[in-house]
This record gives sequence, structure tokens and C-alpha cells, in this order.
Amino acid sequence: MPFIVNTDRDREDMLRSIGAASFDDLIADIPQEIRLQRALDLFPALGEQEVMKLLEGLASANRSSAGYVSYLGGGSYDHFIPSAIRSIVSRSEFYTAYTPYQAEVSQGTLQAIYEYQSMMCRLYGMDVANASMYDGATALAEAVLMAMNVTGREQVVLAGSMNPYTVSVLKTYLEASGHGVILQNRLEDGIGSLDGLKELVGDRVAAVVVQQPNFYGSLEEVEAIGAEARRSGALFVVSADPLSLGILAAPGSYGADIAVGEGQPLGNHQNFGGPYLGIFTVRQAYVRKIPGRLVGMTKDRDGNDGFILTLQTREQHIRREKATSNICTNQALCALQAAVYLSLLGKEGIREVAEQCALKAHYLAGAISELPGYRLMFGSPFFREFVLDTPLPAAEIIGALLDKGIFAGYDLSACGGNGLLVAVTEKRTRAELDSFVQALAAL
Amino acid sequence: MTIPDDLRYTKDHEWIKLLEDGSSALAGITDFAQSELGDIVFVELKPAGTKLKEHEVFGTVEAVKTVADLFAPVAGEILEVNGALDAAEIVNKDPYGEGWLVKIRIDDPASVAGLLDAAAYRQLTGE
Repeated sequence: MPFIVNTDRDREDMLRSIGAASFDDLIADIPQEIRLQRALDLFPALGEQEVMKLLEGLASANRSSAGYVSYLGGGSYDHFIPSAIRSIVSRSEFYTAYTPYQAEVSQGTLQAIYEYQSMMCRLYGMDVANASMYDGATALAEAVLMAMNVTGREQVVLAGSMNPYTVSVLKTYLEASGHGVILQNRLEDGIGSLDGLKELVGDRVAAVVVQQPNFYGSLEEVEAIGAEARRSGALFVVSADPLSLGILAAPGSYGADIAVGEGQPLGNHQNFGGPYLGIFTVRQAYVRKIPGRLVGMTKDRDGNDGFILTLQTREQHIRREKATSNICTNQALCALQAAVYLSLLGKEGIREVAEQCALKAHYLAGAISELPGYRLMFGSPFFREFVLDTPLPAAEIIGALLDKGIFAGYDLSACGGNGLLVAVTEKRTRAELDSFVQALAAL
Repeated sequence: MTIPDDLRYTKDHEWIKLLEDGSSALAGITDFAQSELGDIVFVELKPAGTKLKEHEVFGTVEAVKTVADLFAPVAGEILEVNGALDAAEIVNKDPYGEGWLVKIRIDDPASVAGLLDAAAYRQLTGE
């Protein structure tokens, strides 16, 4: 079946309508010397059956957490995704919808986003959440730009260890904006040094940024870091893993001005790097400074509840070059998945997931530390991820365990670090964890 | 559409009223402006102490679907910002009275006379 369904008769009709004798007449203005004078170098057309076989062959070369036991983390995690999520989000009203331009007509879409926003406020302990950003990394970058805008200052202090890819995105955004200087605090035992932080924070700092848990999985001393930020008049920007908030304190409770995060762990697949979900929340005082779409609830002229896009005067289609950001969309489908996930779990469910992650991670860390030559790189407390100092190079361990059906973890030398970063989610069973330990012991 | 005779006006739909001391004035937006904008929800103004050149932007007025810059009618310095603007709808209700925006010290009092009078502003707005 041809991709373009026009018949020869259709083509003749079209040419006659246009008043051209042939297709070549339509492109007569394109100079001969830049035209390709031969056929495209493609293999002959394949039928549907042959195409399916070709693509299935290519796809089967992929290895995913569907077929492997995964201990890969570093910003994207193999959490359990309840089947009800797919049933709900694959409804065509959700699955095929784009960002509504006549927003008020799409009440269902707006309500779903409003529910998502409300849940993010609850989870992060903040007053206002936007309709979402592209991912956690760009959410962090926009949070920094917002802090610079609010304070009028230029410096950004990274208080502890942060995902290097997030920092790379932040650098790109700052370069593009033409200002902003990043100051990276030194680390002690895998977390930001408070003494080091005191040396860096002054009255030129727009934002003090912390990731919790940090890139190594360790817990930063967020309360002390927040106090430093407040002392200097900088905004306190926290990038918090949403699932960790099932048991860790919410950023709003320890003074975050802006709290962002990567929403992938909430009911979203790992997707080989994306699409992901940028969570963005602020305290009430900053509501007019935030980027992104905001869904609000109001009453129509008959007094019934309804949903709208609100405070649009922040956005570029109204405020143009003085807008808070140039983003004019969100990750509606990923946000919906996160909202469905949280609805299914509830307050107690998310706590249980977080507890299982923490308990299983500590069980595995303890068991591996008993093996000769293996030890935890850092002594600081951790949530669901930890770094191992290993007797063999991480790359070798990863290669060997691949043959046993295990993704052993992330080799930190890939980003200039040292050690094997291992993540443990609630999906890992006791048997799987014990197999991992045995596989390492056998190396 | 109200256009008081004792005020001066700018092409950007601001009004200015010279005060008794002769060196300071109140400024705001006209009845025509508030009517065109619709429900005003937020006013953002530069703080007292800010020096302004003529036509320099000294703040913004936000309605639901639009945002408008505010331009200094004359050169001077902001002495006071209207504290009642937290209830921004006052600008719609009483644009020439309770809805005043800023009190400014004027560099050159004669510059006020050079602005549009009520008749000229009436013509501008096609009233």
C-alpha cells in the first residue's frame, strides 16, 4: 500500500485545477544545477510484512529493564508502573491531544492538569505548581533563571553533588541568556561541605541549588544549606526526587523558595532518556515570576466550577520579550501518568514504595560490603542509590553481569567520577538482590 | 468616558495632575485606558526613589489577557507609590482619584503644560 494515496487520476485533476501541465512545471523555479539528477539511493520498497520483520529484528537488539534486572539509576529509575495507568492514558482524548490553544474548551484536559498541579503542591510542600516543564533538568535551569530575575544577581552556587547532565543543561541555558556564573561547592564524603558553602555564599548569589538525594544517592544537609541561602538573600532552589518525598521531608518544610524535580519515577517509563517530566513549584510570593502554563479553577457566569489557564500575562504570547520564559507547552501526557500513579498509590502507598526502595537499597549495600574488596564509597546516609568502591573496574563488572541478565549499575568514570552507582527500587525482590551479590562474589 | 478638564494627558493614556506645591504631581491611567484594558488584576511599579526620564517605563498594568507598560509623562523622581493598589480593581473604579499610581517630583514644572489638555485628549480618543 503506497504511503501517498493519490491516484494518477487525482494528480491529473490537481494539475488541471492549478493550471500546470506536469509536476515539473511546479518546480520550474528551482535551478537545474542544484537538482539531484539521479534516483534516491534507497533499497527497493518493502511490503508491510517485510518491513515488520526488518524492524522487529532491529528492535530485538535492544536490551531493556523488561528483560533484565536493572540497578541503573543516575536520574532515571526502574519503578513499577501499574497497568491502570496505561488503560487511562491511552484513551484517545488524552493520548492524541496536543496543548489546547482554546484552553477553556478543553475542560477535561485542564482538570487533569489542575489535579496534577495540586498533587505536586502537596508532595513538595509548596504553594503553587505549574502545568509542568520538559524535564527535571530544564526545570532546574528555569528555576535558576527565575532566581536571577527575582534577585537581580548573577552567581549560582551548587551546594553539593548534582547530576552532571543537569548541570550541563544549566550551563547551556546560562550561556544562551548571556549571564550567570556557576560556583560548584566542594564535597566531603560525597555531600556538599558546609564550610565550603559558607565561603561561596555572599550578596552576589542569586540561587543556592541543592539536589536531594544528590547524584551519588546521598542525602545533603538541606536545612543548613537553606539557612545559608536565607542569610545571604539568595533564593533556595531544591531539586528533589518525587518518590523520595514518600519518606523524606518536603522541600517546602525546610524553606525552599523554588522546588523542582524529575517526575519520571512517578508512573513514567524510562523511555531511553525521555520524554520525561519537569516538576516546578514555588512559594506563593513568586507566583507571577514562574515560567510555564498555570491551570486555575474559577466560576463561570452561571456560578459553576470551571478551569482556565491563568496568569497568562507572564507568558510570551502576551508579554513577549519580557516574558518569564519562552516555554509555551507542557508534558501533559507524562504529567497525567504521574497524577494517575499518585492517585493509585495515595499518601500511604507512596510512603510504602519509598520505604521499600530505602530498605532494599540498604539491604543490598550491606550484603555487598561484606564481599572482599567491595565497600561503600561514602559514609553519608542514602535513600535508594549508593556508590560502590570495587575491586575490579566498574566497566568489567557491568559487562560480566550483563551476561547474567543484570544491569549492574552506572559506571561513574563516564562522567569523570569513580565507582559504580547502584540504584535499588521496590521492584527488586530478595531473590534478585541475593543473586546480584552472588554474581559479584563469583567474579 | 470621563476626561476631567483640570488634568493633563499623554498619548499613552496617562493623566498627570500638578499639585499645589507646584513641584510634584500625581499620575495615573485614564478612564479610557482602564476601559480598554478590562478588569485590572495587578499593578507593578518601580519603588519610591527611582529617577525617571520622560517616557521611561515606570511599571506595568496587568489585565486578564494583556499587559501594558506605564510611561513617565515627564522627567522626575518617584516620591510615593499608591499603597491601595493591592486591590487593583480600584484603578478601574476610580482611575483619577483613589486609583492614582505614583506621586512624582517633577524636574521641570513647565513640562506639564506641554502635554495634551482635555480637549486635545478628547480628540485623540475620538470622544
